[in-house]
Amino acid sequence: MRRRALTYAVTLAALAAFGVLPQAGEAKEKVKVGFIGPLSGGTSSNGLGGRNSADLAVQLRNADANAKYEYELVVLDDECKPDKGVQAATKIASDKDVIAAATHYCSAVAIATVDVYNRFGLPVIVWGAVLPDITYGNDYKEVHRVNGTMINQNETAAKFMTGLGYKNWAVIHDTTDYGKGHNKYFSQYVTENGGKILGTFGVTSDQQDFTAELTKIKSLEPEVIYFGGLTPIGVRVRAQMEKLGVDALFEGTSGIVSDTFIEGTGDLAEGIVAFREGAPTETLPGGQFFMEQYEKQGYAEPSEAYGPFAFTAMNLILDTIEAVGPDRKEVRNALNATQGHDSIVGEVSFDDHGQNSVAVITKYVIQDGKWTVWEDSEYAAGTRKLKGM
Amino acid sequence: MDAGLLSQYVMNGLMLGMMYALVAVGFTLFFGVLDVINFSHGDVLMVGAFTGLATYIGLSELGVAWPVLQVGAVVLAATVCMALLGALIARYLVLPLKSAPALNTLLITLMLGTVLRESIRLFYPEGANPKPFPALLPTDAYRIGNFNLRVDNLLMLLAGLLVIVGVHLVINRTKLGLAIRAVAQDEETAKTMGINFTLIVLVTFAIGSALAAFAGIMNGLYYNEINFGTGLLLGVIGFSSAIIGGLGNIYGAILGGFIFATLQTLGAVALPFASAYKDVFAFGVVILIMAWRPTGLIGEKVSERV
Repeated sequence: MRRRALTYAVTLAALAAFGVLPQAGEAKEKVKVGFIGPLSGGTSSNGLGGRNSADLAVQLRNADANAKYEYELVVLDDECKPDKGVQAATKIASDKDVIAAATHYCSAVAIATVDVYNRFGLPVIVWGAVLPDITYGNDYKEVHRVNGTMINQNETAAKFMTGLGYKNWAVIHDTTDYGKGHNKYFSQYVTENGGKILGTFGVTSDQQDFTAELTKIKSLEPEVIYFGGLTPIGVRVRAQMEKLGVDALFEGTSGIVSDTFIEGTGDLAEGIVAFREGAPTETLPGGQFFMEQYEKQGYAEPSEAYGPFAFTAMNLILDTIEAVGPDRKEVRNALNATQGHDSIVGEVSFDDHGQNSVAVITKYVIQDGKWTVWEDSEYAAGTRKLKGM
Repeated sequence: MDAGLLSQYVMNGLMLGMMYALVAVGFTLFFGVLDVINFSHGDVLMVGAFTGLATYIGLSELGVAWPVLQVGAVVLAATVCMALLGALIARYLVLPLKSAPALNTLLITLMLGTVLRESIRLFYPEGANPKPFPALLPTDAYRIGNFNLRVDNLLMLLAGLLVIVGVHLVINRTKLGLAIRAVAQDEETAKTMGINFTLIVLVTFAIGSALAAFAGIMNGLYYNEINFGTGLLLGVIGFSSAIIGGLGNIYGAILGGFIFATLQTLGAVALPFASAYKDVFAFGVVILIMAWRPTGLIGEKVSERV
């Protein structure tokens, strides 16, 4: 008899400890939300910055006494590889407790996973990938995106560069959907604006040796090498340009806007230009607030270029869950109806493909080891000159 | 095409070819003495490069900044460690399976390669990220027209050449080489002549793996970057080079390495379509060569189908 009483007591204690039994006071219902990004590999600095930013949104919400739920962030690594991304997406989407997720920095991964989210009915907001087809290539109601697409980015890039007086380009792009997209839109806009593409070179996204391509480019004598790809091979291309004595300006895309790129290229980074959709963090409507809070949490890694978007995506998810409750369908429908939602990157409105319109494109140049907004740089002021100018 | 550009292509090709040849020689040595394919060879190369990098970081911590000493220590540490690793692989994975079907050896080395690769990825600090490799050689460059001649490339080519000549001398001019050749030709007879078979196999694996480590360091110095996946493609290319040259023949392996590099360079330069297909082109030609000369260009008399 005593033994049974003891068992009963122990069971009760265990149940209480794991929070199964109702406790005194008002314990909030727990809700899981997800984050997927590249946490390892060559683009991991962007992934970790995004992870921290999403985590910041969750931390701030949990600290808010008015929040209806207590949120738990489930974080998975997609390694910037489509196969790993699909695994991670399937894992997170098949967990019925996860209500919504902020997903993917790499376009090749994001485009591979949209079917998974649609099949499992998990509403997601893409926080970094820029390939247009992720939202526009399908009619999936589950897929949204807070950052802009590569179309606007390349239009601005082409206009800006031809405006500076550059005429001839050679293009190196990776042969994933991401690199091909950049090549397509940039080539289109640069030709429209009177520029000329002397040669286009598709390379694999893990290629090590670019000497053959670069030697050929050297013989074409372009003024600018346009690189449509991500940081890891961008670093290699820049380093090998130097070794072969290729004397052209290196122009990148949003895919190289990260501190890792500057670390990897070292002294060779100076005077490299790149473009990214969205205003720089410090000039965003809520940029100051975001940076202060980020600082306060003491994360080991910087938030990087897409951190504010990851924060916005997660915050929007949390706002929506607060409004309609932890139900995937309800959250999906509410997200689709998002119009003029106030956020740190400005107002978020989704069109019928779940795409937010981000009108501002920021032009960057690397000056003294920092991504500097073009207008604030010594290059724009004329005290320094871009290569070939 | 002007002479400067042509020289540049030749230089690029020579650098690649030298690395491929060093890897291919390892494959061919292993096959020579034991008739086995060691598919962990490429990953041994990668581990060698990481050993070199770790040595460099260790030296920097100790405050050693003299480049000659740094290069020497990096190469020495990598080759010695990988020689040991190679001997261990032979002793505990390959030799015990000697009487098992050749497929088992193939499989076990393939597995080992994955284990090595994943170990670096998981256990080396932030091993999943590409690691910058220091430029330890002088980086001066001379511009001759369109040709950018770099001193470090020249030094590496020279070092690679010396290593290959060294291997040639060891195989052909020493008692050890005689023993290796004897074992390769006929194991039983070699044993009855008093040759310590196990020792010769271990030494051969040590030599082959040290060559891979050397190629790994070269790879790091050439690209100034290494990552945990470096060995994967280099292993496949090295193996293909050994095959087209004629597996079991050292000169064939060297020739194969340079042929493969030439094909890759040609694929990127001379073909009208996108350079993304250069590997497709190179491996395609390898298939054709194999169909034409199944035993390789400088093949042994007996064909061994893999």
